[in-house]
Amino acid sequence: MAEMTFVRPEFRVRIDREACIKCGRCVHQCGWGVYHLDADDRPMPDHSKCAACHRCVTFCPADAITIEKNPLAYKESDSMSSALRKAVWRQAETGGVLLTGMGTDKPYLRIFDHLLLDACQVTNPSIDPLREPMELRTFLGRKPDSIVVGYGNGDGGPPKLLTELDPQLMLETPIVFGGMSFGSVSLNVHRALAMAAKASGTFMNTGEGGLHADLEPYQDNIIVQCASGRFGVHADYLQAGAAVEIKIGQGAKPGIGGHLPGEKIDEQVSTTRMIPQGTDALSPAPHHDIYSIEDLRQLIYAIKEATGYKPVSVKIACVHNVAAIASGVVRAGADIVYLDGFKGGTGAAPTIIRDHVGIPIEIAIAVVDQRLRDEGIRNRASIVAAGGIRSSADIVKAIALGADACGVGTALLVAMGCHVCQKCHTGCCSWGITTQRPELTRRLDPEWGAERVSNLIRAWSHEIAEVLGAVGVNAIESLRGSRERLRALGLDQTTMDIIGVKPAGVGH
Amino acid sequence: MTPSSESVRRVPTGPARRGPTGIEPARITAGQPGLESGLVTRDGDTAHIDARGVYYKTLNEQIRELVGAGVSTVALDNVNGQRYIGAGISADHLTILVNGVPGNDLAAFMDGPTVIVDDNAQDGIANTMNRGLVVVRGDAGDVVGYGMRGGRVYVRGDVGYRVGIHMKAYGEQHPVIVIGGRARDFFGEYMAGGEMILLGLGDSSEPLLGSYVGTGMHGGVIYVRGSVQGHQLGKEVSVVDPSPEDTARIEELVTDFCRVHGFDETEVLSQPFGKIAPFTHRPYGKLYAY
Repeated sequence: MAEMTFVRPEFRVRIDREACIKCGRCVHQCGWGVYHLDADDRPMPDHSKCAACHRCVTFCPADAITIEKNPLAYKESDSMSSALRKAVWRQAETGGVLLTGMGTDKPYLRIFDHLLLDACQVTNPSIDPLREPMELRTFLGRKPDSIVVGYGNGDGGPPKLLTELDPQLMLETPIVFGGMSFGSVSLNVHRALAMAAKASGTFMNTGEGGLHADLEPYQDNIIVQCASGRFGVHADYLQAGAAVEIKIGQGAKPGIGGHLPGEKIDEQVSTTRMIPQGTDALSPAPHHDIYSIEDLRQLIYAIKEATGYKPVSVKIACVHNVAAIASGVVRAGADIVYLDGFKGGTGAAPTIIRDHVGIPIEIAIAVVDQRLRDEGIRNRASIVAAGGIRSSADIVKAIALGADACGVGTALLVAMGCHVCQKCHTGCCSWGITTQRPELTRRLDPEWGAERVSNLIRAWSHEIAEVLGAVGVNAIESLRGSRERLRALGLDQTTMDIIGVKPAGVGH
Repeated sequence: MTPSSESVRRVPTGPARRGPTGIEPARITAGQPGLESGLVTRDGDTAHIDARGVYYKTLNEQIRELVGAGVSTVALDNVNGQRYIGAGISADHLTILVNGVPGNDLAAFMDGPTVIVDDNAQDGIANTMNRGLVVVRGDAGDVVGYGMRGGRVYVRGDVGYRVGIHMKAYGEQHPVIVIGGRARDFFGEYMAGGEMILLGLGDSSEPLLGSYVGTGMHGGVIYVRGSVQGHQLGKEVSVVDPSPEDTARIEELVTDFCRVHGFDETEVLSQPFGKIAPFTHRPYGKLYAY
């Protein structure tokens, strides 16, 4: 028996005994160890271990399992909620920092859900995307300050672009995959994402965990990350990627480092991260060679030198001063600024950081885009918006607010089976996603996962095209930064002023 | 209007390798400083580049071209602050001689070559270095060997702050930093593997070490020739007497260092060493509530 705890189970596992065929599949499927079989082969649940991930529910051949919220009543208190009481009890029992996974589950204002898109009527005809070409292709990278078109060699031949461009990443749709490290997710997840990125004409991101040798065939569709722990970072790794991302911060945990516990450093993770098995992989909070914009420039150009001048992305968490920081990042020479909003996901973060630090991506996009425009340097870097992008509607709105493309992470995992139980940090993921236990990781067939992720990207791309048609433009570029095509419903005036969006009901 | 070729203003951009996207690579065009290449002279397998006034980007391109052409020694003369020398170069049997003071991030991400600096060096030497040897005849700046995973750095003189930060070992790779002089604060911070030796040679009124030595250290070992006070140490480490195995290892590394820098190893080894090591490899193992 576990030690006595005040924290009662969050869920109740209800088994329909008449339907149950005693096959034992629930015992096998549950990564949390909820079930054991009694003397009569009946599965008996330990409710306290259930994460409501629905793995057993999905795989029960008799459809005999239901997971319910524990109806246990607590004396109502808006101030000292039952969730807060449970947190106090857990900490009183352990003395530890509360850890969690995924993005915040707190009911903060979701600005995307208060933004409405425009559409054409009567005088400005809409476009039918099923019959007319709709351009979603997006180029990420530094654009020239001006371009020059000449004619032949000055002899009046056909026109050609004389300005020489910096290298660009070409996306077939304005979506990139967010950085998720091998270690936080399984190798099969990495394989699936790499295949899906290639099939979808976009890029996956290794996160800070190195690049497994199995992914090398996909390296043209991979962005490799260089974070403060420098795990798995070496010259070949930097050269393997289509681009390199310097991770300064993460939306779910701005200002703090990472910590992959030794239990998750198995042989494969050890090889890829290039650290011994069983040791803690500690990513320091800052890069210790970056204490200023000038230092960031130094690392950006060290990477450019080491890679033959590939595009360098800099990922920052959206914090209060994000506009000024992004300006500095662009001036430091970044080709892409990756903004990660505070609702972004994580494999593990202290709950206090995840739930209380940072600002929403919607506001960050708007203020960064505006700042870079005001300073005349918007062309020098692309903006990728991430951290709270949940749907194709969010992507369209983010682009209208000023982003070039969006980064998506959680939704890709959901496509592969994740049920957002927020227990990634435990390493027990029954869906085989955020775990390194071989009996669990083998559940995710990379090809199946890649197909589902590709399907999602294809579906979202169609939806984005539909919206573009309704708005009356035929290229995603035409919507970029076009806040006039957005209206706010139920936002306060200050927020509307900050994001540069008028209230619904106000015409042009 | 049809512009003549002279009147076309070319927008300066950086050079680029052809990417996967099919975009043509950009080249250095007008407006870049130090566009002129350094004069190259060949002397058998050794190529000299006169680096005076040459922009780092151009200089490093020249170095890579010579390496690609099979030169075994590249001697850079009149170096004055050019950054990223040796950065990202993967090559065995290559020596880069730096005559002058190189700029930051010397040998960053380097994998194999030997770099010998005949003067002082600046910050960020051997940043995330994988393999190779860096010898500095003078002093070196801050953050030597950040995230270094393998190879050796031998600095004859003093070093700055945060040296050996987050060094780590892996498999056969085992980074070593030996410093002839003194070091500032945060020596070996976050250190996860490898070895550092601090010798404190020469006359100086400066202390051997600054404060916060080994803060956050959870792997590897630091040997110091001389005494360290408790208040100088991070809370994760302690000083103990070296074991016989430690002493043998100190002798091995110090002998090699003395050979490279021309010190008398008998004299260097005649003073006692202390060993700084972490209490635990899992400093944060009990921090969290699950």
